[in-house]
Amino acid sequence: MTQLQLPIYLDHSATTPTDPRVVEAMIPYFTQSFGNAASRNHPFGWKAEEAVDYAREQVAKLINANPKEIIFTSGATEADNLGIKGVFEMYARKGNHIITCETEHSAVLDTCRALEKRGAEVTYLKVNGDGTINLEELKAAFTDKTILVCLMFANNEVGIIHPIKEIAAMAREHKALFMTDGTQAVGKVPVDVQELGIDIMAFTAHKLYGPKGVGALYVRRKNPRVKVTAQVDGGGHERGMRSGTLNVPGIVGFGKACEICMQEMESEAARLSKLRDKLETELLKIEESVVNGTVDSRLPHLSNISFKFVEGEGLMMGFNQEIGVSSGSACTSASLEPSYVLKAMGLDDELAHSSIRFSLGRNTTEEQIDYTIEKVSKAVQKMRDLSPLWEMHLDGIDISSIEWAEH
Amino acid sequence: MAYSKKVIDHYENPRNVGTLDKAKNNVGTGLVGAPECGDVMRLQIEVDDESGVIKDAKFKTFGCGSAIASSSLATEWLKGKSVDEALAIDNMEIVKELELPPVKIHCSVLAEDAIKAAINDYRVKNDLEPIKFEDSIVH
Repeated sequence: MTQLQLPIYLDHSATTPTDPRVVEAMIPYFTQSFGNAASRNHPFGWKAEEAVDYAREQVAKLINANPKEIIFTSGATEADNLGIKGVFEMYARKGNHIITCETEHSAVLDTCRALEKRGAEVTYLKVNGDGTINLEELKAAFTDKTILVCLMFANNEVGIIHPIKEIAAMAREHKALFMTDGTQAVGKVPVDVQELGIDIMAFTAHKLYGPKGVGALYVRRKNPRVKVTAQVDGGGHERGMRSGTLNVPGIVGFGKACEICMQEMESEAARLSKLRDKLETELLKIEESVVNGTVDSRLPHLSNISFKFVEGEGLMMGFNQEIGVSSGSACTSASLEPSYVLKAMGLDDELAHSSIRFSLGRNTTEEQIDYTIEKVSKAVQKMRDLSPLWEMHLDGIDISSIEWAEH
Repeated sequence: MAYSKKVIDHYENPRNVGTLDKAKNNVGTGLVGAPECGDVMRLQIEVDDESGVIKDAKFKTFGCGSAIASSSLATEWLKGKSVDEALAIDNMEIVKELELPPVKIHCSVLAEDAIKAAINDYRVKNDLEPIKFEDSIVH
């Protein structure tokens, strides 16, 4: 058995380490092949353009798209902005109604809110207790002004995967475009834009073992041909949809990362889901702990668990020198509000405060999982010994029956 | 955001964790905060009937490391103080001692509120008027 290295990283939904093979592929494009991919009249430019073209193919292949359908951006947030605002502006004559969901990433929600100020009508679908959406509710939301349905592929906090194919078909039936934020899913589970009927998709390199600062928007070119209005004006790069000198080393890394995912995704998903299930099974042996989100359709490497009667940040402090995870607790965010995703799922605030997200990745080992199980179990016990709510629970007092003083 | 050494010390070795018998007349209990806000503190004092000195103090806290440290520190400070001296404990002293960053000041406010609530509970039990405090800072 190898020596366990600390700290352990179990926050791969936040970001992933760049794969050394990716870094290796990128290095020549900083110092040797540093050219501007838009320089059309010398070998420096040609070489950079060639590298970008190759990476575009690698990225397209992972999602079964045509390379011409890939628009490189600075990341998923920019891609989400470009997709949503770009459709809103391009299809303004057709309508102004957008359908999205309360549990989307803020890159989507805040973009929609910004568009509301510019005349957009936005429907925010509610979710069920397990994080799933109600397809009947979606169906009922369409109007003759609906131009876009924007629903994420997989949720970043609880990992649930929406029924993308059904949703895309429904959008098509109502003559609306279907966009998905594929940030958490691409490179982790199969995403085939043809088979699923996706029209627009945002995703990013750093969630799939590529570098930070580079992402992409997939924009369908056939059946239907989709166009988005550029949000960054300038030299007309990326077929006029996103100006700005291309981040050649980043794009090369993105391509390499996609190629590796293409080869290793299937075996990696099987390995990680096994480790995740072990972690989850063991942690659920702790009394009064529950998994958040449906377990029927979700990412293989993620588990979100609430440990009732302990507060997430306080709990994390028991092991965060050694294990890096995320919490839905208010104290871990700048806003001092608990996770809006968990709240939208109808979790009581106290349960939202008690949640921990574990997300596994390429470097996760069974030793790390065993260590995590032991450490987290101990920390929960310690925090419960300290918790007045746990004591009340043991005394049979219903916490919700108490009138808590406002503060 | 890194925690100060003192917060970590109180978190790792919390002082005076526990429960006093709240049925006793000389025990005052303060329960403040709310689960949905992410922190609940229960702080108890046991007062020596003759001298009026706080001879024991205990706490339990549901909350972040700073909330735990604030209440742990409060129990340390309470022991050996008279009830009147205890009333003078100001949340900013806790902030200073624990080097709490601005976003964690509410933890110290909660500890001060818990002390006052415990003292008032003790006073009411002993047929004294509860002291009216100004509303604490919004947090």
